[in-house]
Amino acid sequence: MEVAVLTSVEWVLVCKTYDVPQNGGACVKHHDEQIAIYNFSRRGEWYATQNLCPHKQQMVLSRGMIGSTGDTCEPKVACPFHKKTFSLLSGECLSGDDYQIKTYPVQVVGDEVFIGFEK
Amino acid sequence: MSQQGKPTVVVIGNGMVGYKFCEKLIAKTAAFQLVVFGEEPRRAYDRVHLSEFFNGKSAEDLSMSTEEWYAENNIVLHLGDSVTDINRKDKVVYSLHDVAQPYDYLVFATGSSAFVPDVPGVEKEGVFVYRTIEDLELMQAYAKIARKGAVMGGGLLGLEAAKALIDLGLEETHVVEFAPRLMPRQVDSVGSNMLQAKLEELGLQMHLQKSTTNILGDGKIDGLQFADDTLLQVDMLVISAGIRPRDELAKKAGLEVGPRGGIVVNDRMQTSDDHIFAIGECALHEGMIYGLVAPGYEMADTVATLLCQGEKLFTGYDMSTKLKLIGVDVASFGDPFVSEPDARTIAFEDKNKGIYKRINLSTDGKYLLGGVLVGDAAAYNILLQTVNNKLTLPPNPEDLILGSRGGEGDTGAGVMSLPDEALICSCESVTKGDICSAVTEDGVSSLEGMKKCTKAATCCGGCAPLVKDLISETLKANGAYVKNNVCEHFDFSRQELFDLLKLNNIRTYDEALDTFGKGDGCESCKPTIASILASLWNDVIAKQSTIQDSNDRYLANIQKGGTYSVVPRIPGGEITPEKLIVIGQVAQKYGLYTKITGGQRIDLFGAHVSDLPDIWEELIDAGFESGHAYGKALRTVKSCVGSTWCRFGLQDSVSFAIEVEDRYKGIRAPHKLKGGVSGCIRECAEAQSKDFGIIATEKGYNLYVCGNGGSKPQHAQLLATDIDKDTCIKYLDRFLMFYINTADALTRTATWLNKLDGGMAYLKNVIINDSLGICEQLEQEMQSLIKNYHCEWKEVVQNPELRKGFAHFVNAPREKDPQVKLAPMRGQVKAMEW
Repeated sequence: MEVAVLTSVEWVLVCKTYDVPQNGGACVKHHDEQIAIYNFSRRGEWYATQNLCPHKQQMVLSRGMIGSTGDTCEPKVACPFHKKTFSLLSGECLSGDDYQIKTYPVQVVGDEVFIGFEK
Repeated sequence: MSQQGKPTVVVIGNGMVGYKFCEKLIAKTAAFQLVVFGEEPRRAYDRVHLSEFFNGKSAEDLSMSTEEWYAENNIVLHLGDSVTDINRKDKVVYSLHDVAQPYDYLVFATGSSAFVPDVPGVEKEGVFVYRTIEDLELMQAYAKIARKGAVMGGGLLGLEAAKALIDLGLEETHVVEFAPRLMPRQVDSVGSNMLQAKLEELGLQMHLQKSTTNILGDGKIDGLQFADDTLLQVDMLVISAGIRPRDELAKKAGLEVGPRGGIVVNDRMQTSDDHIFAIGECALHEGMIYGLVAPGYEMADTVATLLCQGEKLFTGYDMSTKLKLIGVDVASFGDPFVSEPDARTIAFEDKNKGIYKRINLSTDGKYLLGGVLVGDAAAYNILLQTVNNKLTLPPNPEDLILGSRGGEGDTGAGVMSLPDEALICSCESVTKGDICSAVTEDGVSSLEGMKKCTKAATCCGGCAPLVKDLISETLKANGAYVKNNVCEHFDFSRQELFDLLKLNNIRTYDEALDTFGKGDGCESCKPTIASILASLWNDVIAKQSTIQDSNDRYLANIQKGGTYSVVPRIPGGEITPEKLIVIGQVAQKYGLYTKITGGQRIDLFGAHVSDLPDIWEELIDAGFESGHAYGKALRTVKSCVGSTWCRFGLQDSVSFAIEVEDRYKGIRAPHKLKGGVSGCIRECAEAQSKDFGIIATEKGYNLYVCGNGGSKPQHAQLLATDIDKDTCIKYLDRFLMFYINTADALTRTATWLNKLDGGMAYLKNVIINDSLGICEQLEQEMQSLIKNYHCEWKEVVQNPELRKGFAHFVNAPREKDPQVKLAPMRGQVKAMEW
């Protein structure tokens, strides 16, 4: 018999929807972690990633511009320092480097924004 | 056999070629156990770029791989240990540190050592060779006490070494060459002379046809004595008179070596023992030692292929080469020397600019055989490809070196005529076909992407321009790249978008994207459109903060570590003591590093993003305004003190600078704008290095436009002479608005002018003679921008909703970013290194 392994996720209320600018990002704090949260209002979508850009170890991804790339309109964020871009879906670096950033699931209930952390 | 039962390949030598062999073998198979012995203490490093060690590159920067790479690929690496004996019967090597390592296959990649001629005194202190990082470290230490240095050898390596001496800061650098000219093996005599003239201009002193008979000095060198009884006083000497293959171990093991050195190999790189190979500079193939890295890599690939049961032969290699010697381009390709009656030559010589180009054609004029380039080697790649692929020459082959004169330039089109098998990157063996298919099949569209996908241009980088051309030409051929589009979301250039947004009265990015674009935008189109909207309407940019480049979003300049710098406007560089005190107090209160900028203002560094509104509140209370240092906008108008104080001053340059700066402050443009006003021809405000510069004359002012500093400095050009103040401002209004309306994104005025058809004459006609009939409109547009001026920081400080956007943590707005770390420096702070 196959057993599905479900990682349990803890949903944490991090901010209100109006705290994050439309089509932009903001940084939230969860314990010692800094998380960049993106309000992709043009698509009605929310994303969250680590705030640290792995290229020069700077806590700035939340201040980057978001957008899309390619035929599939893959959502992405560009680091404000050197414009390295990362997929908001997979966390993969899209500008040709071997970087990977962490992504988190986001849920919006009413005007409250929750981020899912693995327990 | 190794313990895992895999056959063992032992590599002697961990230089560039030895390393490349490992990389190539690992890429092909995991069937072998690799064991590497290297006598140097460090992992293989890039010897081609050795001279960059003196430009601040560290040994680690030059390293070709990481420790982890060896571990990941299960390669045993013995550093600082050389092989001293080989037992060919039992197939075992013995090392200096008593390692006994059995092998199935043995690869010599022992490279070469510097050839040191037998001149009395070579053992003296202050005499060096130029080969390894250790040699460089010794030279570096000795250069501190030396004033005059010489290099023995005027070949390729010798001139590299001379560059190293210049970089080390020696007062005099001499080059001593036995032959009557420089680089005799690569360049013909006219080219040599041109190269020599250029290098002498750069401060090198040449001594040709000099045979050194004695190295003078008591224990340490103090001079050179030549066969013609002349002397040269030097206190440091670098010998670079050629290379000598490292074949002593091979000789000891009884392998066949050449009479003048080198381990004899066949086309399979096998030595006289079938199980032993030699590659790189230690190998002697058909009587030839290859002292370049590309053929070494080709040999490495040959052996790796053979070990994998593949079939590949090494049948000689093209010795074409291109390099930059102390800033002078030199290239030699194909047969550089063949001449009449065996060939027809075309030569071009420009002693004024120091350029020499020669191409050798076949006697029927159909094919290119080779050539020499000095001073400008931009055409090298395409010429080399034309030789190697036996391309038929165009009817006017002189165009290859002179460029096509008259009509549209067709640079870059030539690359597409190459056959698919043309080798573009010879270091990594990447063909034109590989590159084109990476574009077509894998969607690669940038040089970075191509490096990742094919490894092309990752080694010496010489082929990078050709690779770029191929990418863009292939994209064009596929119809993907049509014109100078802003990005994938808008099929328009900046100028087209500018007109569209203006005609359709579009005020927001979202409207623009919905009407003229597709997808969801990106970091290219967002700031471009933000800039156009600001240039058109001059609204408060903070209201569309997320389409702004990071600096415009936070109205400050992001710096290392994620803090920001703050630059209040100080028009014309004039400031009262009271205001200076406020800047000092604000800096003290918020712990900021202060520095005077090049534009006569004060920059305050190290501000937390969350402190920015508070800092600005205090500055605005004291009467300051935003300095727009973060924006593609007017920065400063620099001034000299002018006639109010200066005894030479003809006009009041400070007052005029303040007036001009206040007039154009806050105006956004395709790129930053800087201005200057000088009170007389002495030009202390350096106005001619600015986008616009005003210089006082006895009768009024001279107006210069389109200059800039930066990486490609360009002097501004004279637009109008002896005009009064009002005319000066009228022309400036027209000029700036014309630039804003028509330039590509991120194009400074100088580049814009360079691309403008008709250049300065055309610009004068538009601005002064109103040849397009648009001057009235330009003036009106400028008036409207000036009318809409507002201090962006004042808008933010007074608006609690906008202020909120400056919190680092939206769920803890009072907390600062704990990751920000500053280090003390000379009584202030600096950002931590990243």
